[in-house]
Amino acid sequence: MSDAAETPNVRVLPARRRAAQTIRYWPWLAALVVSVGLPWLFYDWQHARHAGFVVSMLSQTGMMIIFALSFNMLMGQAGLLSFCHSVLFGLAGYSTVHFLDAAGAGQLPVPMELMPLLAGLSGLGFAIVFGYMSTKQRSTAFAMITLGIVQLVTTAATMFHHFFGGEGGIKTDRVIGNSLFGFEYAQSIEVYYLIVAWMMIAAVGMYFHTATPLGRMANACRDNHERAQFVGYDPRIVRFQQFAVSGFYAGIAGGLFAITYEIVTFDAVAAPLAANALLMAYIGGATTFFGPVLGAILITLMQSGVSLMSNSWLIYVGVLFIAMVTFAPAGLTGIALEHAPIARAGLLHRLALPYLRILVPGLIVLFGFVGLVELASFLTIGMAQGRRLALFGRTIDIYSATPWLVSLACLLGGGFWLSREAGQFKRVWDGLMEIARPGESR
Amino acid sequence: MQIGVISLLDGLVYGMLLFMLASGLTLILSMMGVLNFAHASIYMLGAYFAYQISRWVGFWPAFVLAPLLCGATGAAIEVWGLRRVHHNGHIAELLFTFGLVFIIGRAVQMAWGMLPLPYRVPASLDFPLFSVYGENFPAYRAFMLLVSAGMLFTTWLLLKKTRIGLIIQAALTHPGMVSALGHNVPRVFTIVFAGGSLLAGLAGVIAGNYFTTESGMADAMGPIVFVVVIFGGLGSLAGCFIASILMGMVQTFSVAVDWSFADLLSPFGITLAANDLAGEILTIPVSRIGPLVPYVLLIVILLFRPRGLLGTRET
Amino acid sequence: MKRLRSIAIVLFALLGMALWGPTARAADDTIKIGYIDPFSGAFASGGDASLKMFQFIVDYINAKGGALGKKFELVTFDDKLQPAEALIALKSVTDQNLPFVMSCVGSNVGSALIDAVNKHNARNPDNRVLQLNCGQLATELTNEQCSFWHFRFAGSVEMRAVARIKSLPQSVKSVYLLNQDYLFGQSIEKDTKRFLAQYRPDIKIVADEFIPLMQIKDFSPYVTKIKASGADSILTGNYGPDLNLLLKAAVDSGLDIRFDTYLAHVIGAATDMGPSGEGRVTSVLDDHENIPVEEHNADAEEFFKKWRATHDFMFIAVPSVTQFEMMVRAINQAGSTDAVKVAQELEGMEQKDLFGVTSIMRKDDHQLLYPYYEGVFTKDVKYDAEKTGLGWKTEYKTTVADETLPTTCKMKRPSS
Repeated sequence: MSDAAETPNVRVLPARRRAAQTIRYWPWLAALVVSVGLPWLFYDWQHARHAGFVVSMLSQTGMMIIFALSFNMLMGQAGLLSFCHSVLFGLAGYSTVHFLDAAGAGQLPVPMELMPLLAGLSGLGFAIVFGYMSTKQRSTAFAMITLGIVQLVTTAATMFHHFFGGEGGIKTDRVIGNSLFGFEYAQSIEVYYLIVAWMMIAAVGMYFHTATPLGRMANACRDNHERAQFVGYDPRIVRFQQFAVSGFYAGIAGGLFAITYEIVTFDAVAAPLAANALLMAYIGGATTFFGPVLGAILITLMQSGVSLMSNSWLIYVGVLFIAMVTFAPAGLTGIALEHAPIARAGLLHRLALPYLRILVPGLIVLFGFVGLVELASFLTIGMAQGRRLALFGRTIDIYSATPWLVSLACLLGGGFWLSREAGQFKRVWDGLMEIARPGESR
Repeated sequence: MQIGVISLLDGLVYGMLLFMLASGLTLILSMMGVLNFAHASIYMLGAYFAYQISRWVGFWPAFVLAPLLCGATGAAIEVWGLRRVHHNGHIAELLFTFGLVFIIGRAVQMAWGMLPLPYRVPASLDFPLFSVYGENFPAYRAFMLLVSAGMLFTTWLLLKKTRIGLIIQAALTHPGMVSALGHNVPRVFTIVFAGGSLLAGLAGVIAGNYFTTESGMADAMGPIVFVVVIFGGLGSLAGCFIASILMGMVQTFSVAVDWSFADLLSPFGITLAANDLAGEILTIPVSRIGPLVPYVLLIVILLFRPRGLLGTRET
Repeated sequence: MKRLRSIAIVLFALLGMALWGPTARAADDTIKIGYIDPFSGAFASGGDASLKMFQFIVDYINAKGGALGKKFELVTFDDKLQPAEALIALKSVTDQNLPFVMSCVGSNVGSALIDAVNKHNARNPDNRVLQLNCGQLATELTNEQCSFWHFRFAGSVEMRAVARIKSLPQSVKSVYLLNQDYLFGQSIEKDTKRFLAQYRPDIKIVADEFIPLMQIKDFSPYVTKIKASGADSILTGNYGPDLNLLLKAAVDSGLDIRFDTYLAHVIGAATDMGPSGEGRVTSVLDDHENIPVEEHNADAEEFFKKWRATHDFMFIAVPSVTQFEMMVRAINQAGSTDAVKVAQELEGMEQKDLFGVTSIMRKDDHQLLYPYYEGVFTKDVKYDAEKTGLGWKTEYKTTVADETLPTTCKMKRPSS
């Protein structure tokens, strides 16, 4: 998104131009409105309180959005696959616990609203230390160094007590009694709004970073590091600085984590969390700025939401991963972007019916697959645990053939139907692309 | 002295086991550029398959059949999975194998339950072979050593002395050129992936009954195998071998070392207490931080020699 | 394009609403207990085993009538053994107004929950919850970290340490301490040394070693060290692969030594040890299935037989049976499931357990006090463990008085 494309006609009237600029930023406003208003959709009017679980999930999502965006600064924007991003997140979290303890004891006169900033700075510090080592190399060697770093820090976190609290982690109390606006931050909804505020700040910051020379050069080094050297930049310095900045934002997320949960354990530095960031960025779409946001929302929903309903959520994540990687390597936003030519040609509505036609068999296939996985899991694990398998409130008897046959039929029949509809869809798609971009073969 | 000799033998056995696992991964990584996260999962599958087959027909058929099954699994993954994903880039392939880890992990739990399995050493091998300083060296360990060495030799033979081996070697360092010369590189990829999986499965078969067979075994072995592969260097089986033995020795010998950095300083009259983070780091004995050492070695070598020990190329 | 993104976000929000809908408000005719444990991932076997035992106990208690005419129901939540996930699950528990939250696996999770429950109850006095600890053993949880809202129905590490040390035979003169390097293992090491000094000052500690948790595959170097030390016994709190691999390595190298453990009886251990454990492994157990035979208790034997008919691992949750029986009485006496009322009835309560021994829920620190059995893994028993042909036989039994240990708890009680 270069500036050149944004100012097509220099003789636009000032008023119209201002209006056009505001309209250009309306997605950000919409996101802000949605984030602020969402908890109220689930407000429990009967008990006059917020749904705690919903606020928890939204808080977690907010943190993960910042985390995934900062991870994508490395993966999507700089071409650096980092397995140690969780280290920056977690170490900032541990630091924030110590800061909160100091603030609560009156030794650190920092208001709660600025705590995430402190956390970000500690993330920056750690990123400088680790980045100095890891950015000496690029590509696979870089990834391997970060793998070594994350394993090192994780193991160290369980061993040393004074900073890490050992395996039990360290706890704190976020009610430190120091706030710029007079909030206590005892209630989770207040913490949620703190997260929303910092999420917007971080997202805006990272967005504008992509337009800075450093952000641009990171893209350049990703695409062709030799050419970047010819132009005069040292790719190593670019990598190092990009790593440091991404550490700052990861630190903000880590600080918010410490504030929300009031406990930080070695899980916050461990590899699974870094893998989570990778998942979010990739599934959402690493090639766009907002892809990781989408990915963070989806993955958090799956991990905390779906895992409540099924213990086989790991299989679903694995399958989702594989499906995305095979069919949509550019992620969800990549899929959305592919519609852009058609949308510009004003032909988007022509896809409505074809989409509906693949949605129905798609849902049937999904139903069949989930059914089989849940039945199999129940048969081997769930039943012995004394649970009952229920769909829409009615218990299912796994020994009768019906549920198995129904699931299998849905999976196979739906799959067959889907493949036929998919072929049809492709024809419609190709036709529309032909109209939208004549002469361009796909 | 006693500890030295025994640790040497034990380190050798462990190192050879690591080598069996790592060699398959090094071949796959060198040739296809795929960081196969599912490699340790296939190792796990090897152990589980061996348990199941040995329940039906005994250990020795399992010894032959389970690795073959794993090889077939690897071939299936490559043909129906990785091949489709190949054009999307290295990260896509990595993520694909990543997704497999989740699926295999849960599927194993569903099929065999969550508890460790009673996959035991066969009675024909369950006796002490000889005695070193009063400690028995079990025959099964010698068997493990034998199998690993035999496998190393066979792989070397295959790679150096057969035609397909020559093609594989060439494709290890110059896949593009080999393809240009007209060889069926995708088929070579499949063979290598299947071969690597077979080796991983074999490692699982002989290690599963000596160590434990349970659903966490993939996560336990995974990281150290990666360290070995990268440390040894891409494109070099010899480097992988040296790295495996080195890591095995390091892990084994570090257990015997009970002193810490503080002990080095005490002759100078400086005593340290574990009152803060710095004190903790300096007073912790080496035997407790043993597992950290491979990662430190990895970071050090990547900083100064990114090709690894004997790597022939950088990716 | 940005429009598409916004549409996507709104769609996801709607999807989220649809997904969260089904976590519906539950019906009111059962007493629900939110049960948080790992049910997926590497530690799922622990949660799985506990759930099976608890389901059995709940069925048993419900058959006897439940409390206040209502049956108990377990509502499970998966925490994947991560404290942050457990806290999210706790939010779900309090959201659904469940009066009790229970958790068995992982002292780190237990510790996080105590803190979170304290804060929640202080900040939300109209929706308080009681925490039932069914297996998180670190001594600190009923000492430094004790809380009015937290009740532990499983023996703490120090209680087990008393049984462990007192049951060591006089022939043992030197021990090799080997433990896992994390909160639980360090707790075991501390309390083992404390009680060795107190009850068996004649025993020499030849080594005090920590191993990293679940990382060592090859224990032969440790076996070499142990052999060189000449110890009579390995005193260890290891469990899982860390115990089984150690045992295998020792047997394979011909090291003839006692294994005096804390946890060689948990699920999966008997299968893993197999015949190599025979006669040389001892452990301190809350209960085992041969106790009714040794004590001629027909009712208890029936209970275990019923369990064995449908399960193939040992039932080790007799204190949890006591837990539910106490809860029934407390809820009935309090007339409701209100947290403060039930807690006030629970603390100080005495209840006969399955074997007829009176267990006490101590008021000072909310720790359940009951006797421990030290047993040896042997062939000479009526009921074997996990179909291995070997089972547990009692060698030593402590009394409730033995297990009544001083506590540093300074419990803050609510005024209302």
